[in-house]
Amino acid sequence: MKFHHKIRTEVSLLTIVAASAGTLESSDCLVTVVPAEVDGIRYEGANRAIFLNRTEKIAREIMERYPIENASIRIQDQGALEVTLRARIETAVERALEGARQ
Amino acid sequence: MKREERDGKRRLCRSMLYIPGDSPGMIQNAEVFGADSILLDLEDSIAESAKDSARKMVRSFLSGFDFGGLFVTVRVNSPDTAYFERDLREIVPCRPDAIRVPKCGTPADIMAAKALIAKIEQDSGIPEGSVKIHAMIETAIGVENAYLIASASERVSALTIGGQDLTADMFARKTREGWELFYARSRIVMAARAAGIMAFDTVWADINDSEGLFSETKQIVELGFDGKAAIHPSQIEVIHKAFRPDAREAARARRIVEAAERALREGKGVISVDGRMVDAPVVARAERLVEIASLYEYEEDNTL
Repeated sequence: MKFHHKIRTEVSLLTIVAASAGTLESSDCLVTVVPAEVDGIRYEGANRAIFLNRTEKIAREIMERYPIENASIRIQDQGALEVTLRARIETAVERALEGARQ
Repeated sequence: MKREERDGKRRLCRSMLYIPGDSPGMIQNAEVFGADSILLDLEDSIAESAKDSARKMVRSFLSGFDFGGLFVTVRVNSPDTAYFERDLREIVPCRPDAIRVPKCGTPADIMAAKALIAKIEQDSGIPEGSVKIHAMIETAIGVENAYLIASASERVSALTIGGQDLTADMFARKTREGWELFYARSRIVMAARAAGIMAFDTVWADINDSEGLFSETKQIVELGFDGKAAIHPSQIEVIHKAFRPDAREAARARRIVEAAERALREGKGVISVDGRMVDAPVVARAERLVEIASLYEYEEDNTL
């Protein structure tokens, strides 16, 4: 799986460090982003079967907005709404970028 | 013409529930708590390490979640912090009903916030003036400048008192009766009325003392405030109870409003209710009471 279908190699990809956002409280999710050899999404939660496709689609859509090197995302879902999921993924990715800048 | 009249009917906001911006579980249940409005907080309830995630969360909810009929305000970080501008940049494009700006001390503070918000509105293609400012007065200088702040811009649609910071700034000792804030509250409600905008009271910090909350809310209702902030869902019902006009008062107000309408229809200039002359300010006060009373249920017998 590749997050950056649209971004060609001439665009220099930004490096990231491991970072996370969110909690394991009910209605929230914990998202962890780490640098990886290949892009990947790991989705865990009680309703994994129901929300797997939705979650992967959202994660991929968000990742495509950021020109970052390969990353692996782990999402531990505690029943988060889509708006929550989006906020947590974006925060984790931006923290991963911010951490690499420092 | 006063601003509240120009903007159409004033929205009733008896209770404003603070919800930490980083708590999706609470935000998604906002409507269930029964408050008239919510304050999504990016400031005091959010740790430094979570400022970014709270901002993202609030932005995400504002753009993709239906809050129903709730009046939604976002309290951003104070203008003297680096977060202020970033908060506005992320939040204003999502068009919350209002932005609560902490530590407003002078009209210049309002003009600075207004210029920034207007610029962001323009950049994001939303009509200028969409996002109102609720100015927080929580310093001595802010209290003394209350009317200048309230009238600094059309964008300011409410003044709100921040009791804890203000008490500290005054070097005052906190009393359970809250009389150290009596002057500030009076001044703020007067300034807001003079400018034709709303006035909101500070939080009651002790969530286990609902009696104290009730008597303080009674006091600010009597002073003329439109609403009070809550820091816990359990405080909402207490606040609403304190805003409830008593049955006789509500019934009398209804009779006054009806008499005024009848007089208008019949072209009479003088109104009399229960054998007493009633003039315009009394009618205005009665209309406001009727509006608030419409939010409560009364037993028929008691209203007569």
